[in-house]
Amino acid sequence: MAEFEPVLLRRIGKPNSAALETYRADGGYRALEKALNSMQPVDVVNTVKNSGLRGRGGAGFPTGLKWTFLPKDHPGPIYLCVNADESEPCTFNNRVLMEQDPHQVLEGIILSSYAIRARTAYLYIRYEYGPATRAMQKAIDEAYASNLLGQNILGKDFHLDVFIHRGAGAYICGEETGLIESLEGKRAWPRIKPPFPAVEGAFRKPTIVNNIETMACVTHILDRGLEWFRSLGVPPDPNNPRDAGSFGPKLYNLSGHVNRPGTYEAPMGITVRELIDKYGGGVWQGRKAKGAIPGGISMGVITEAEFDMPLDFNGPGKVGCLGLGTGAVTVFDETTSIVDVLANICRFFAHESCGQCTPCREGTGWMDKIADRIKHGQGRREDLDILAEVGNRIGIMPGTTICGLADGAGWPVKLAVKKFRAEFEAFIRDGKKSTVKSLALVH
Amino acid sequence: MSVLSEQLKEKIKSYLPRYPSKQAVTLPALHLVQDELRCVPLEAIREIADLLDLSPAEVHDTMSFYGFFRDEKHPLGKTRLWVCRSLACMLRGGEEVLGEICHKLQVTPGGTSADGKITVEFAECIGACEGAPCVLLNDAARMNVTLDKVDDLLNELRQ
Repeated sequence: MAEFEPVLLRRIGKPNSAALETYRADGGYRALEKALNSMQPVDVVNTVKNSGLRGRGGAGFPTGLKWTFLPKDHPGPIYLCVNADESEPCTFNNRVLMEQDPHQVLEGIILSSYAIRARTAYLYIRYEYGPATRAMQKAIDEAYASNLLGQNILGKDFHLDVFIHRGAGAYICGEETGLIESLEGKRAWPRIKPPFPAVEGAFRKPTIVNNIETMACVTHILDRGLEWFRSLGVPPDPNNPRDAGSFGPKLYNLSGHVNRPGTYEAPMGITVRELIDKYGGGVWQGRKAKGAIPGGISMGVITEAEFDMPLDFNGPGKVGCLGLGTGAVTVFDETTSIVDVLANICRFFAHESCGQCTPCREGTGWMDKIADRIKHGQGRREDLDILAEVGNRIGIMPGTTICGLADGAGWPVKLAVKKFRAEFEAFIRDGKKSTVKSLALVH
Repeated sequence: MSVLSEQLKEKIKSYLPRYPSKQAVTLPALHLVQDELRCVPLEAIREIADLLDLSPAEVHDTMSFYGFFRDEKHPLGKTRLWVCRSLACMLRGGEEVLGEICHKLQVTPGGTSADGKITVEFAECIGACEGAPCVLLNDAARMNVTLDKVDDLLNELRQ
């Protein structure tokens, strides 16, 4: 795998990489011309479907299959919502793509809109990404000026408007129906599904919600062909008929206690250890790792002994994690207390629960309070079991909430308690206190 | 008297053709107002509601969901300084940076320094984890703001 040439990141760091002229000089918008000249929308859908592309936003749902859920022969309008609310802690690959290679993303948006017959695409970008928002807006303006957006794109009977919609700092807007509610100008409370957005989404019309990295992948699948995409990554497990495989390149975000944190591109299936050692330059300060978060904090926790796990759509599940998530690996070294990691995670979800479903609102709040008291040396022995029980009972999988936020909140808690139980017990027994100096904050 | 200038109202109206419903302009309108006035006064909520054919309660409902918007009793200072406290930053000292900034400015998160220059907030992950600990100046990230760089940062923002 040492010879793998980055594709999604191939232009990152080049001079003026965000400009239309450099993008075109590197072969940009070739795929769009090809698609508009020689392919019907259904051909684009089939190409993406047969490529095996699975959504890069976290859930890993097959993108082409999602597109086929749109009602046939719908009179329209059909909307594309591009999810750039990248709020999962420790995830930043979409930001890198939008800031430094926005046309790569935009080409994917135009191609996808063509495929699903959308005439309007909304790009929902979190407010915290100011420079990315401005880079995307500039790219959109350039595209309008070059007949890549607007009426009769490249002389064909295809019209598309792309609008940026800025968020206002809420994690829940990354949930696709939360995003739609937010786009409509309401509080971002996720909707009960079904109906799924493909049937009734934004403004009660059929809507597809896709992630930024997914859009960039669509560009390359149309440009290089689906065989290229399928030549990378991990094919489906023959023993598991439900496995759709993990094809293509993936952007991995590496952060925490490593020497070189950053966004790295590798074919699906790289192990956590390879990612840390080969790309991240190893654990910082010559220390050893204690564990890591495998895919954004909502996916769970792994121990150092589990670092040989492959980062594809199946790997994290084998060590009890929820899934690949956003491919964001955050390493913590042997000097870090697992109590601090847990308390940080619990605080995040208690702050970001939207409050719609009682089990999530109360459950995340209680997990936060319990983790906080453990952190301050006031933990009780039964606390660990209470944490695990709450973690098990909140979420869409146990059937107590509307969306998956609570699953993501409970998962790291129950895994941390299970995998690091001895350390928690010793911490509580010895009445230790956290050494992280933090403010007494009002949530 | 109207708190929204004619110019600002025109800007808000310019968003209407983008969406099939007027209500969808709520967030853009709130952003435009807060950018200009550093808060969203009650009267502005009424005026936004008028422009979008909504009741003021609907605008307020949306506004209050996002902790992002400020009412007139809590206007923003010149720079809104978000200090990330999520996992990647915490592992590299983000909590201490937040504590130090609050201590130096004598405010709690959410508060504004006495000179009105800096409003401090804690942030959940701002997506700049490769440069942890990081902060956000209004909407642009500044990376690798370690404890020793806090003084320089605050001096810069006080200018």
